[in-house]
Amino acid sequence: MDSALIPEGAKRCAFPKFALGIAIVGAVVLWGVYAMGLIWWKGLNQTNMNDNYGFALWIWADLAVIAVGGGAFFTGLLKYIFKVDELKNIINFAVIIGFICYSSALLILAIDIGQPLRGWFIFWHANVHSMLTEVAFCLSCYFAVLTIEFIPNILENRQANKVPFFHHLAHNMHGVMAVFAATGAFLSFFHQGSLGGVAGVMYGRPFAVREGLLIWPWTFFLFTWSAAAFGPCFTLLVTKITEAVTGKKLVKDNVVHLLAKISGWMITTYIIAKIIDTIYWATVTVPGLGLDIDHFYSNNAFYGYWILFTEIIICGVIPGLLLIMKSTRENPTLRLLAIILGVIGVCLNRWVMVLQIMAIPVMSFDTWALYIPSWQEVATTVLPVAYGIILIAVTYRYLPVFPQEKELNAVQPVTETE
Amino acid sequence: MNKNDKKAHKFGMVIDLDKCTGCGSCMVSCMSENNVPFKEDESNKKDSITWMRVYKLTNGKSFPETEIVYLPRPCQHCGGKGDHGHSPCVSVCPATATDYGYDTGIVSQIYTRCFGCRYCMGACPYHARYFNWWDPKWPEGMEKYLSPDVSPRMRGVVEKCSFCYHRYQAAKDKAYYDGREDIEENEYQTACTTACPAGAIVFGDLYNPAHRVHEIVKPDPHPASINSTVVGKSRNPNVFRLLERLGTNPKVYYLSEREWVRKAGDNYLAGEWDKIKNHHGSESHG
Repeated sequence: MDSALIPEGAKRCAFPKFALGIAIVGAVVLWGVYAMGLIWWKGLNQTNMNDNYGFALWIWADLAVIAVGGGAFFTGLLKYIFKVDELKNIINFAVIIGFICYSSALLILAIDIGQPLRGWFIFWHANVHSMLTEVAFCLSCYFAVLTIEFIPNILENRQANKVPFFHHLAHNMHGVMAVFAATGAFLSFFHQGSLGGVAGVMYGRPFAVREGLLIWPWTFFLFTWSAAAFGPCFTLLVTKITEAVTGKKLVKDNVVHLLAKISGWMITTYIIAKIIDTIYWATVTVPGLGLDIDHFYSNNAFYGYWILFTEIIICGVIPGLLLIMKSTRENPTLRLLAIILGVIGVCLNRWVMVLQIMAIPVMSFDTWALYIPSWQEVATTVLPVAYGIILIAVTYRYLPVFPQEKELNAVQPVTETE
Repeated sequence: MNKNDKKAHKFGMVIDLDKCTGCGSCMVSCMSENNVPFKEDESNKKDSITWMRVYKLTNGKSFPETEIVYLPRPCQHCGGKGDHGHSPCVSVCPATATDYGYDTGIVSQIYTRCFGCRYCMGACPYHARYFNWWDPKWPEGMEKYLSPDVSPRMRGVVEKCSFCYHRYQAAKDKAYYDGREDIEENEYQTACTTACPAGAIVFGDLYNPAHRVHEIVKPDPHPASINSTVVGKSRNPNVFRLLERLGTNPKVYYLSEREWVRKAGDNYLAGEWDKIKNHHGSESHG
């Protein structure tokens, strides 16, 4: 019934099956919207946050989606500025994932603030010294850039593209996309970085504080670097999931291998920097404040050295090595393992840099504070995931997201069963 | 803060922990004076608002050597690294909803500008900042007892101790009316100071040598030689500040003759305390 909207030559499931899938995920969206409504109506008392945990699950989710959404700016940078042409076959999808991540981040922020109607104060009464101000400005601007990057793909819909104006607009926008890709990379550098700076400048919190360069603590650079490193992992992971769900090969192996290789080198270099940062923090910064590293990983029921080991070794060093070595990178199972570990690793890093900071006592007579989110927090955190699934399903169905799809599935129909 | 400015003050407090009995009068007077809202069930202290909170500390020894001390903790009104006014909370607030008064040293909170991001709470190591998780509600009739000088806060914003700033404003108004340029020490005292039955809290201008708080603290105006971000370290061997090594430069000082109490004010590596416990003020300046 919607065949006129489906890209020419592309095969899609029957509309009722599609609608049923959307309805199921839509129910999750409604659950999240209900929780969101409760929070806006009744306030943040609907959460399990407290005065120790001013930042909690949402801020982690916010940082995590922005980090994994980093695939959009980094892939765009590689494609349009460094002219890595093969990536044209995955750039549309990277942009869509980025769009989902950043729109989700903005939604989460709108739920998270105590006075949502005053959200614009961050622009109007901006404090130029605050990292959060930098986040707000760059995040909003970059979301606008992502929207601009997304528009040509929307206009390439079979029906929209029949309108000459839309056709030419999409064509011309593609032509100038390098400008937006460069702008996006610039903005991303600052907002990814300033999200790291949010933690690094908190000199009242020894677990978070870092020295740095000029006004930017080292976490500023580590966050940007890690987003560029792990973001492509998430792009590859979602591509893999989409291929599994649709039962089609959508991107050629050489494109996947290339992005995985770049990601692998970025992860490896990042994790070396992260290890150096951790050693310096543990041996110089923290002892200078009268604490030793044990203070941050003991005397509580959850945060032990396991989290540091998991983040840096299991989800940092291992995926980095797996992706830089040709034999493991080109092995589908090991590559999948590496990108899953990578995505977990960057999310774990954001967890540590939000929630563990809040949990650790600073005053000698203070105690650890652990927290379990309320169902309203969980529902509103699942909401963006469900929204993302719907947006990917809709865009995949109606837009020519994967330029290689037709070729891959016409020439080698056997791969459909893979 | 420009100390050469004759009109500039640096209001601060010293709390004698050896006098404090933990009676909680300071907490009650603070809540009453500042229209601090409370919950029907106050058993969960992590989401209730106590601008002034009294902590109970012990020396960790078993009977009969057990000692207890009560430590009242208002907002520390940090001057930030180098005492330049970039307090941990002020520097991070994205909407300039918390500000540093260079003429008073007081960290203010602008309730109508705060949009409730809670970054300041995360940045404060003293847990001195509180979020209004609920709409403020008072039992019927009690709203008539609210102070007209302090605006109640709405749900969704952060609040904290203001050093009873409205009392400073009232004292200034009176001085102006009387034709005086400045206020006297006793004209501006916080509610907790006046309510403390043991006289454990002393409040005044840390810049003014005639004020008792200055006499007790003897603040060193020079940066500490072992940590240049620390300014205003006390030259009184019994006076300390909470987490002084972080460089937050609080204006709330504590006084105790007991060594374990002074040690509890900060974090020290094993064996470190004995090496630096006799450093008072800026060693390089005597």
